[in-house]
Amino acid sequence: MTLLQLENLSVTLRNRRVLSDVSVSVAAGEVVGLIGRNGVGKTTLMRAALGLIPASGHSSLAAMTPNARAKAVAWMPQTREIAWPVSVEDLVALGRLPHDDRARGPVEAALRHMALEPLRNRRATNLSGGEQARALIARALAQETPLLMADEPIAGLDPEHQIATMEVFADIAAAGRGVMLTLHDIALAARHCTRLIVLSENSVLADGAPSDVLTEGTLARAFSITAYHAQSDDGPVFQPLRRVT
Amino acid sequence: MTKALALLFALVLVLAIGSLSIGPANLPFADSIRALLAGGDGPLTLVMREIRLPRMLLAVMIGGTLGLAGAAMQGYLRNPLAEPGLLGVSGCAALGAVLAIQTGLSAAFSLALPLSALAGAVIAVLILLVLTGPRGETLTLILGGIAISAIAGALTSLVLNLSPNPFAANEIIFWMMGSLADRSMLHVWLAMPFMIVGLALLAGVGRGLDALTLGEDAAAAMGFDLRMLRLRIVLGTACVVGAGTAVAGSIGFIGLVVPHLLRGTVGGRPGPLLWVSALGGAAMLLSADIAVRLIAPGRDLKLGVLTALVGAPFFLHLVWRSRRQRA
Repeated sequence: MTLLQLENLSVTLRNRRVLSDVSVSVAAGEVVGLIGRNGVGKTTLMRAALGLIPASGHSSLAAMTPNARAKAVAWMPQTREIAWPVSVEDLVALGRLPHDDRARGPVEAALRHMALEPLRNRRATNLSGGEQARALIARALAQETPLLMADEPIAGLDPEHQIATMEVFADIAAAGRGVMLTLHDIALAARHCTRLIVLSENSVLADGAPSDVLTEGTLARAFSITAYHAQSDDGPVFQPLRRVT
Repeated sequence: MTKALALLFALVLVLAIGSLSIGPANLPFADSIRALLAGGDGPLTLVMREIRLPRMLLAVMIGGTLGLAGAAMQGYLRNPLAEPGLLGVSGCAALGAVLAIQTGLSAAFSLALPLSALAGAVIAVLILLVLTGPRGETLTLILGGIAISAIAGALTSLVLNLSPNPFAANEIIFWMMGSLADRSMLHVWLAMPFMIVGLALLAGVGRGLDALTLGEDAAAAMGFDLRMLRLRIVLGTACVVGAGTAVAGSIGFIGLVVPHLLRGTVGGRPGPLLWVSALGGAAMLLSADIAVRLIAPGRDLKLGVLTALVGAPFFLHLVWRSRRQRA
């Protein structure tokens, strides 16, 4: 089942073309990684897909009414804002706002999934950065949407929690939901995403399985780097090596 | 949270009765309440219904809406330093009132002052809405409000500066300090419609403010129309602050301090904070208005002076405490 369909999406911000004719999709069961240089338009792509900024072309999510969209997709912006000293439990429960219910089940499940039960009564503003990131992911999980879109959800996490978070996304996908995320760690992207979309020069350079996408040519064009590539028992290993000039 | 609401409601009720029973005419409590409820021709009924009742009602209305608007502004701007006066509405309302005193309009007919203040408030809101436009970024709203406040303050000073009549200048200064003394039911009826409209606008913003805890992008993606939310808060705050300033002058610190004080009772959530702040604001202004009558019965101590005098050091204490918590 397709959860997100973008057709010829183009975005112009302040007279600058940021995205040109992007056509991609996300289906149930997928963890789709969106990678590319800083400023290539990854965040813009997600925000335009969500209808948060004006765009030309078609986005299946932007076409929905705000209420229907809030039940179709949960969005985790890159800025991990927690404005008030609410408890972790109350923070996660904010995910129920679009449903306008106080259902405890999804909140408890989300707390459990992100191993936040011991922290449930702590003030979210007093948590470490990594704990806050986990609480915000739990908030998005509690929204119980078919699709989860996250902008750099693992930036700033320690290696264990980076892997743990990617595993949570894999779990969600295995349960029939879909995940689209941006990330900069090519190694983790190769290892944990079922599909990668590489953005370069305002458009899609490559879209496919990690091992098909992360070729020497694509890495050179998209990132100006070379990478060491090997196959381990746990899956593909990518280690960026040096810049190509 | 329901416990906090119930306690605050009880507190407001007790203070309201207290407010009714205090005044220069030393009336027996039971008699005065009976006169208020049952009526009659005596002077007791007149004192209760025409002097003390409007004073109590205005304290509840103005204090309550200042607390509510303060909580809404802080929630919307996600900043604990925000307060209802930030929009420049109270400054422009004060300017309108000052002009009414200066030109002698207020001496000619008594409602000229509040009506002129309301006109000032409306002008402030119109400028603010034109300035922020349909997109209306938060920063534009704050900076616009600060600019409007500054202009209103400068013009108020200019009026005082050029005032040929020292008595008018004196009256202006005293009016600006804020007071609930000598207000009639006419003032209550004048402020009431604006207060009700403001209350209706602010009543529906709780869920949106809760969502804004996660930032504007996350709230918008959760289906909340932030433009509508902002419009409701700006117009609602303008209604209640404009009406409050028009009938009572400038009363500071309630909208800033009350939400701070009560944030802990609702676990920091901005939505539930609205209603406890409304009750808290009513309780605070009732207490202050009782205090000015008890502390200096003959001296007409101004309400705004007392709220600032008590509010500011208290605020300092909160800053001190939160500084230690962060350390």
